[in-house]
Amino acid sequence: MSILKEDLRYAESHEWVKIEGDIATVGITDYAQHALGDIVYVDMPEVGDEVTAGEEFGAVESVKAASDLISPVSGEVVEINEDLEDAPEKINADAYGAWIMKVKVADAGEVDALLDAAAYAKLCENE
Amino acid sequence: MKEYDKIIFELSRPGRKGYQLPADRFGSDAFSKLPADLLREKPAELPEVSELEVVRHYTNLSNKNFGVDTGFYPLGSCTMKYNPKINEEVAAMPEFAGLHPLQDPATAQGALELYWNLQNALASLAGLAEFTLNPYAGAHGELTGLMVMRQYHISRGDTKRTKVIVPDTAHGTNPASAMVAGLEVVEVKSKPNGSIDVEDLKPLLDDSVAGIMMTNPNTLGMFETEILEIAKLVHEAGGLLYYDGANLNPLLGKVRPGDMGFDIMHINLHKTFSTPHGGGGPGSGPVGVASHLTHLLPNPRVVKKEDGTFAVETSDDALGSISTFFGNFGVMMKAYAYILSLGRDGIREVGPMATLNANYIKESLRDLYKLPVEGPCKHEFVFDGLADKSTGVTTLNVAKRLLDFGFHAPTIYFPLLFHESMMIEPTETESRETLDEFIDVMRRVAREAAEDPDTVKAAPLTTPISHPDETGAAKNPILTYKALRDA
Amino acid sequence: MQLLTLSFAKMSNRYIPHTPEDVAHMLGRIGVGSVDDLYSDVPSEVIFKDEYAIPESMSEEELRRWFRDLAKRNRQLTVFAGGGAYDHYSPSVIPQLLLRSEFYTAYTPYQPEISQGTLQYIFEYQSMISELTGLEATNASMYDGATAAAEAAFMMVASARKRNRVLVSETLLPRVKDVIMTYAKFHGIDITMIPERDGVTDLSAVPALLESGDVAGVIVPQPNRYGIIEDFAGLAEMVHAAKALLTMYADPSTLAVLRSPAEWGADIACGDGQSLGMPLQFGGPYLGFMSCSKAQLRKMPGRVVGATKDASGKRCFVLTLQAREQHIRREKATSNICSNQSLMALYATIYMALMGDGGLREVNRLSCDGAHSLCEKLIATGKFTLAFDKPFLKEFTLRTDLDVEKLNKRLAEEGFMGGIPAGPGLVSFAVTEKRTPEEIERFVSLISQE
Repeated sequence: MSILKEDLRYAESHEWVKIEGDIATVGITDYAQHALGDIVYVDMPEVGDEVTAGEEFGAVESVKAASDLISPVSGEVVEINEDLEDAPEKINADAYGAWIMKVKVADAGEVDALLDAAAYAKLCENE
Repeated sequence: MKEYDKIIFELSRPGRKGYQLPADRFGSDAFSKLPADLLREKPAELPEVSELEVVRHYTNLSNKNFGVDTGFYPLGSCTMKYNPKINEEVAAMPEFAGLHPLQDPATAQGALELYWNLQNALASLAGLAEFTLNPYAGAHGELTGLMVMRQYHISRGDTKRTKVIVPDTAHGTNPASAMVAGLEVVEVKSKPNGSIDVEDLKPLLDDSVAGIMMTNPNTLGMFETEILEIAKLVHEAGGLLYYDGANLNPLLGKVRPGDMGFDIMHINLHKTFSTPHGGGGPGSGPVGVASHLTHLLPNPRVVKKEDGTFAVETSDDALGSISTFFGNFGVMMKAYAYILSLGRDGIREVGPMATLNANYIKESLRDLYKLPVEGPCKHEFVFDGLADKSTGVTTLNVAKRLLDFGFHAPTIYFPLLFHESMMIEPTETESRETLDEFIDVMRRVAREAAEDPDTVKAAPLTTPISHPDETGAAKNPILTYKALRDA
Repeated sequence: MQLLTLSFAKMSNRYIPHTPEDVAHMLGRIGVGSVDDLYSDVPSEVIFKDEYAIPESMSEEELRRWFRDLAKRNRQLTVFAGGGAYDHYSPSVIPQLLLRSEFYTAYTPYQPEISQGTLQYIFEYQSMISELTGLEATNASMYDGATAAAEAAFMMVASARKRNRVLVSETLLPRVKDVIMTYAKFHGIDITMIPERDGVTDLSAVPALLESGDVAGVIVPQPNRYGIIEDFAGLAEMVHAAKALLTMYADPSTLAVLRSPAEWGADIACGDGQSLGMPLQFGGPYLGFMSCSKAQLRKMPGRVVGATKDASGKRCFVLTLQAREQHIRREKATSNICSNQSLMALYATIYMALMGDGGLREVNRLSCDGAHSLCEKLIATGKFTLAFDKPFLKEFTLRTDLDVEKLNKRLAEEGFMGGIPAGPGLVSFAVTEKRTPEEIERFVSLISQE
């Protein structure tokens, strides 16, 4: 059974978002890390890149799978989690602690369209 | 026998050598006068080893490998048939091995005639007008064939055809080749038996479609019975049909892709025409086309002139060139030797006997392994793991356990239609006795899975290595001896 | 079943072991009456009933004779040409080891437990090519030099994300340029040529070309199509300042002595492995090699082998970084390559192991001295002048008024392959360590009689 956090919002493509002011912190869900298995590499954007909601911003790779990362929000990347460069397995250990990027969001309204924990739990059940 | 575990660099001793070249014969100082700033600063650290050490080292490495000559290799979708020895002998003939690709065609008539003969034999076997032998491998053939498809539409001013339809069960090279050729992939759904869902196909066929890529038999080894209807629909919509020759073997001698309505195809000489896989290559991926597409084939082309001699031509109509010279010529020699050995009658037995072998294994194991699709298969079939799912033994476990019994594993976890796919292709070159041994071992493993699942899960138990750490390898890539030494 | 029974009667096919009893037994188990019944799902109108246009079956001895007769229509020439394929010496050890059928009848090493032989030689190959190029990572091989260069162009564009232009030097081999152009045309990459000046890449034209801002990378040759060793001082700095990547198309044999791609500041090196002693074989099989810096590793196409340990702690080798490849990424992969030229990578590995750095240096020295000797002698005939006054190793280009095609036909009659036309009034010759002073004397005397 995968872990969920009540205070986060979720995308159907299995990313989570935490909003603090105009900064959105983005990672992948515990369900997603389970499905991928041992993560060996995270292809992250660069600070300063513009990301768009619904579009690819990077990828996560396990030994025999790769999955694109889809940004749940639009805006400018202000920070990336450099720890993941050397220790991508941190996502397996703690998917909600091991965030991937922080985005200065252009339109906070985008977040409202995302799923809450209950709706995301239902989505996972049906997959 | 003692286990061998050296890397060639570890045998190196300063001053030792494995070569002898002629002494200085020119009394020239040209080399020593080359400008120093164009020369390397740091010498390459290559091994320094004697000839015998090299011979022993690679002989010992070969002992850690498993080939078709070692044992049964039922690797689905790879057609691991016997690689005849005479093929190797003729391909090594010095009159061919020493030919420079740019020498005057008048001095390479034998080589050009071989190219010409093979392209014609393939055309006859495939029911198409002309082949290029330039593509180096199956995926390279796919790319070349899709370039023909695009060039065809572009040359007619029909530039909006930028989509290619690919079944969701296709081999990964199909969508990847489409991407490289600049085409957008549209997936068509498969029915539970793996064949294309014609009702799902129909709405996809608009004027943006360049064509469709298919295998037949499909990825489950089942013949696409609606192929003539599919061909009609795609052609009516202005698209072309591409045949992925990966599964050609069961049709060899029986059904020609051109007669099913395909306009373009590639053949894997290293599957259907017995040339070795070489541990990953070199293969060869000739591309054949129907008569309305021959002018688009890549440069250079080999043609026969009226006086019976052969020439090399390039044309502006061609899609361009996709290889430095004529492709993997040595592989073509082997494939043609195979065709001549079988001859026009012998080749008719290939497909039927491959199909017979596959069905024999399938019917002999279906009580213990889950068969998801009924009906006669062609050259291969797919089991969805063990029938008894309660043991916790997976397809991976079964595959690894087979290694302990001297068999190569089937293709596993492909196609993606099932969770525990196990794809078995015996080929026509295997005897009934070999198939019976394989069947016995598969039955034994199924029994073990029920009685002693831990043994199966721990397999392989008898191979030089077992359970390599692939996660560690991917997380911290060590790709050279230097990196390994310094790690 | 009629046809099948008939053909069984005369079946003498040693590659298909089925006796009539076997077939009957197997059909019985399957529960069908004939092999044709296994094709009952195939529409009858597509079953092929005519004769194939291929010859009748040959016995092994007939086959040998057929090939021997065919071989007579080839002329084996003493080669004084290159153009991307060089007549270097091949040690006898190599073909014999390549005939170990545990190597050549194996598939791609997807089962590492029974493929350590293949996996380890690829690891050794990667290590040796990385030594020559100076770059940290090398893949298990591409098809040939030209396709490797085209894939390098794709790789640079993938790496640069939104930039879509690649600058390609006019001094690359024409056939390599053709393949890059074909791949780029279909894939949708913009190519701009860097002009040639006095036989080399015009580096002074590069800054203006980089100003467009959409350049993902640059491809230059070493040595170039005329055999010239180009001086790329300052190029990498220029390219990197524009946030683009540099690919060097190199001849691996010459890398034992020439400044390496890494020393020039290149991010990617590629080229054709044929010069590592491979038979000319009318153009293939050869191999394409590709190396890159660690930073570009995840964008590199093709298979890669890594070292790791097994469950008992034993050192071993596996295919790694597979998440880049087509069987996982499908249409999102940067390349569609699957089969490569693995057995030729074994060829190159054994060659490099036998030759070592010393042997390769010797090959270059002998070739270079022979080439300069031929060059001087040809100029002394009065029929040629030096096309470019630039340093070269084994290949060089002369200017002449002679009809090169006619000359080559005459030379072929005498058993020689002459130079390759390299543009109007230009002809390129190559000399390897296999050419003797006597062959050079004879070659020059034939030409001087023209």
